[in-house]
Amino acid sequence: MSKWRKEFPALRRGVVYLDSAATTLKPKSVIAAEQKFLENSGVSVHRGLYPLAEEATAAYEATRSAVAAFIGCRDPREVIFTRNATEALNVLASGIVRTLKPNDAVAVSELEHHSNFVPWQQAAQQHSNTFAVLPIDEQGTVDLKTINKRTAVLSISALSNVFGTEQPIAKIIRQVRAKNSKMIIVLDVAQAIAHIPIDVAKLNVDAVVFSMHKLYGPTGVGVLWARRDLLEKIPPFEFGGEMVDRVAPAKTTFAALPAKFEAGTPNVAGVIASGAAIAFVQKVGYSAIAHHTTTLTRYAIEQLAMHFGAAVQIIGALNPGTRHGVLAFTYRNYHPHDIAQILGNHGVCIRAGHHCAQPLHDRLGISASCRISLGIYNTKEDIDRFIAALKNVDQVLG
Amino acid sequence: MSEALYGDIILDHYHHPRHNGVLKKPTHRADADNPTCGDQLHMEAIIKKGTITDLAFTGTGCAISLAAASLLSEKLVGRSTAALKKFTPEQMLDLLGLALSPNRIKCGLLALETAQKLIV
Repeated sequence: MSKWRKEFPALRRGVVYLDSAATTLKPKSVIAAEQKFLENSGVSVHRGLYPLAEEATAAYEATRSAVAAFIGCRDPREVIFTRNATEALNVLASGIVRTLKPNDAVAVSELEHHSNFVPWQQAAQQHSNTFAVLPIDEQGTVDLKTINKRTAVLSISALSNVFGTEQPIAKIIRQVRAKNSKMIIVLDVAQAIAHIPIDVAKLNVDAVVFSMHKLYGPTGVGVLWARRDLLEKIPPFEFGGEMVDRVAPAKTTFAALPAKFEAGTPNVAGVIASGAAIAFVQKVGYSAIAHHTTTLTRYAIEQLAMHFGAAVQIIGALNPGTRHGVLAFTYRNYHPHDIAQILGNHGVCIRAGHHCAQPLHDRLGISASCRISLGIYNTKEDIDRFIAALKNVDQVLG
Repeated sequence: MSEALYGDIILDHYHHPRHNGVLKKPTHRADADNPTCGDQLHMEAIIKKGTITDLAFTGTGCAISLAAASLLSEKLVGRSTAALKKFTPEQMLDLLGLALSPNRIKCGLLALETAQKLIV
């Protein structure tokens, strides 16, 4: 039984929610923080000179500092709030590629989510730089053989949303920096952030991105952290109010960090509520999360083997400790959409499709798969209900 | 609503599809797929003087897409190409008799897309 279940009001609807890799459910404290701000204020930030605005600005900037501390960043001006991780990756891809030289190459891996594949591909194509897709080996680890001195940028995810596997990040960074010490390394921690502590001071990467909604926070808030010198070097992605210094017909100058990358009115309520999400995760603690997830992942793998044998094929290695609660699978030749729909009818929420990873599914030779993914609120009973619903699929489609 | 999705008619057409296979000497062929989920349909037809005298399909896909192909093939044999050209997505969904959610509408319409490609 998870002691955190009662913090999640949405579970009162009696669903078995197994789609936390898509988005996590929201705890009471996060909902309350957003509601409190909207009920007592709801004003915008950074501009107003009246007390309500100063209060909102202080709360917004306090979240920025809390996020910075959470990821081991000493200068909160290096933390940019975006709409989500996808937008953060677009900001980085578009900005970084514009600073590259003609022979510089951009590399991603073949297991990347589309948000960490397409922006780099498009920017590279537009800027006429080589776009390289690194293969993965049998264990799902990125193969670095083809990286060379011309690889100027590498963007990879720390944790796959299909395999659940953790990349050996420290080792990868050492190896690529040995090939090119000036390489810009971007780490997509969208999946990892809810499972593994991220310390940018220790990682030796140049940027990380994640979305708050996968970290028990609200939708509409993403985090981009990058080294100050990188953020000062690359051009802004969006232009408008807040990100400018002086605007005139002949020339416009841009604001200092972080405002340079925060054009327009931000998701004020979402950012403030995100502070509560960070506090929630700190309260639960990463080791409790890891223990909970590993235990349940092991149980799920065992139960699937026991009840279905070879009829259910889990994608990737079976080590529960490194899967962080992500299990993508196929079931006989049943179409994942049908499986997910039938499970949905039984109140069991899973994901089906290619999980925004078409290149990976092409490489694996499958068109689509089902996926369950665990959060801090899941229990053994959830897994049991999932198994029972999966048996029903046989009765309907068999 | 979604309980009704896997009702008797759909499952019947899914397990016992009509017009499933290939034709000896098709005059027309077409393919369509839905890359977001892997549904793929191949259709063949014999069309003589503007009439569809025979139709067959093969493919992989979810129960909805395959049942739709079976139902549509049954409906179209003996009809004119003009009728196929005028066949609307609404009529296709009516034929399926299901209230499909936005996420499943593509599954329901793939067969129609493939069939209309036959006469392009």
